[in-house]
Amino acid sequence: MNRIDRKFQELQARKKPAFIPFITAGDPDLQTTKDLILEFEKRGADIIELGIPFSDPIADGPVIQASYYRALMRGTKVAHVLDMVSEVRRRSEIPIVSMVSYSTVFKKGYQVFIENALVAGLDGLTIPDLPVEENHDLFEMAKKNDFKIVCFIAPTTTDHRMAIIAENAQGFLYYISVVGITGVRDALPEDIVQNIRKLKQMTKIPVAVGFGVSTSDHAKMIGTVADGVIVGSAIMREIEKHAKDPAEKLIRYVGEFVGQMISGAKG
Amino acid sequence: MMKTIAQSKTPEGKGMSEGVHLPDKTGHFGCFGGRFVPETIMPALDQLEKAYLEAKEDPSFHAELEYYLREYVGRPSTLYYAERLTKKLGGAKIYLKREDLNHTGAHKINNTIGQVLLALRMGKKRIIAETGAGQHGVATATAAAMFGIECEVYMGEEDIRRQALNVFRMKLLGAKVIPVTSGSRTLKDATNEALRDWMSSVRNTHYIIGSVVGPHPYPMMVRDFQLVIGKEVRKQILEKEQRLPDYLIACVGGGSNSMGLFHPFLEDKEVKMIGVEAGGLGTEIGQHASTLTSGKIGILHGSASYVLQDEDGQTLPVHSISAGLDYPGVGPEHSYLRDIGRAEYVSITDDEAVNAFQECARLEGIIPALEAAHAIAYTMKFAPKISKDKIIVVCLSGSGDKDSFEVAEKLGYKI
Repeated sequence: MNRIDRKFQELQARKKPAFIPFITAGDPDLQTTKDLILEFEKRGADIIELGIPFSDPIADGPVIQASYYRALMRGTKVAHVLDMVSEVRRRSEIPIVSMVSYSTVFKKGYQVFIENALVAGLDGLTIPDLPVEENHDLFEMAKKNDFKIVCFIAPTTTDHRMAIIAENAQGFLYYISVVGITGVRDALPEDIVQNIRKLKQMTKIPVAVGFGVSTSDHAKMIGTVADGVIVGSAIMREIEKHAKDPAEKLIRYVGEFVGQMISGAKG
Repeated sequence: MMKTIAQSKTPEGKGMSEGVHLPDKTGHFGCFGGRFVPETIMPALDQLEKAYLEAKEDPSFHAELEYYLREYVGRPSTLYYAERLTKKLGGAKIYLKREDLNHTGAHKINNTIGQVLLALRMGKKRIIAETGAGQHGVATATAAAMFGIECEVYMGEEDIRRQALNVFRMKLLGAKVIPVTSGSRTLKDATNEALRDWMSSVRNTHYIIGSVVGPHPYPMMVRDFQLVIGKEVRKQILEKEQRLPDYLIACVGGGSNSMGLFHPFLEDKEVKMIGVEAGGLGTEIGQHASTLTSGKIGILHGSASYVLQDEDGQTLPVHSISAGLDYPGVGPEHSYLRDIGRAEYVSITDDEAVNAFQECARLEGIIPALEAAHAIAYTMKFAPKISKDKIIVVCLSGSGDKDSFEVAEKLGYKI
């Protein structure tokens, strides 16, 4: 069984949401990325979302974009990222899903890309710029190999599209909460709760919520309605803040931050 | 799954093999085009496609568009016989399609008037655009001012420096110019930022892409709004010469003026088409923007097309003296025309373009945009090799007033 499915089964038995931290591979460097993954696992993270840096990310805001830029400037290549994942696999069974642009997947050829990802020990991919309609064969190949292609649902997604996406989604669904969650709120925007409920009726696949989750209070709120909480920019901002510190210090600080978010999410 | 080129060819029917009927229903030109965008904007593209297809069938939309193109833009633009240029080169007869005579000085306004009308139809309250040379930004700001709709234009910092005059014009027209400081600070980065803006503003904002690039329906829609160039040329050349031209030559950045010129002639096999890309300073990586002549198939800004990328699919740096051609991608339909061999693509260096810029000014009293100077430069190489009874139509896509500072600097003049 895929590590992602196993993890969600385990969490659902314990009635706890998954905490899914995002980090950019290669920012500040791949050794630190590897150590951070292991540190996050130690602190209770359930699944890692590993960003493969891309030169022209459309779906990402300035924080992740800047981290991609730094990683690319350091010469981070896809092959290096996969090598790092193989190294993590020698010491850890934490599920890892990579966020990667379809520009990269297409360039390598999707078959080659998925084969290499499987060999390295990745459990799945999120490809933000690949709508299901554009490459059914990729989804088929992934299914055959029990490799998860995590799909996105946005607040703008129509019911018609939601049904198509839910049918093709694997591992978990990524709900984009773009209705900004900056600043502490008492309640979640009504449409998040509604849309998650609607999704739950369409599919048995777990639903994780990401984009703009930046404090442990947000994580807590999301944790009550969704099966998973994804935190990206907030973590990358911490990494950026401590980029000049020695690696051990950076890992400790960022680890502590993630630890707080996890306590929030898991209540 | 994307179709291969072979699969997409329809065997029967006049002109079908030239792809006149494309894109298909899913927005593909053979294996090019499509929609590679985040889910957040997929519904907006569906909405836009639906609104556009409805407008396309609505005679009142066309009547309104034609009214503004005639009364406000000043169409039809003339097809001018460049007699001195022709004589100097001593070969084929050269006609210039004078898109520089349009209001705002370039072909870009054909598209922005169309898209603002569409935005109003869709009830959008705000317009955003990206711009390279600033021509599309000015054309968007102009249409937005005329129709009284809010407008913000994303422009790379490097282009803002190169095109200060157009930045000022946009501001005069009431648009807000937002400097883009990420990446190479040029057109590609401005496009990224505009797409990001649209990600969060999609409910009340229409994004006016300035070329035949981006996700479906943009390559089709922008092309359709630019078809007026080629349709006028067809009519004008038949009046003047009682026959079709032998060659069409136009510059290709994203490729909107060239597509507008080429498309109405796709089924006329005797008409050859040549797209001219920016050869910049040389053939090394980062020195040019010759996407079709040296790129590979990839994904950029929402569609599959030829792209300048490295082995990981990262966009490579590009260069051109012309801000409007300084782009690592190209419209998917051009990629299709290249692969089926219907159009040919060549490249012209910065120096050749600057030389043509001056020659055109001296010989014809027309200062062409640096983008169009690329098309003229290739014509200067090509025409002498072609016999005098042949006809070449060159798209003079814009006026070079905006480039005067850049060229003066290059030539060592102080203004």
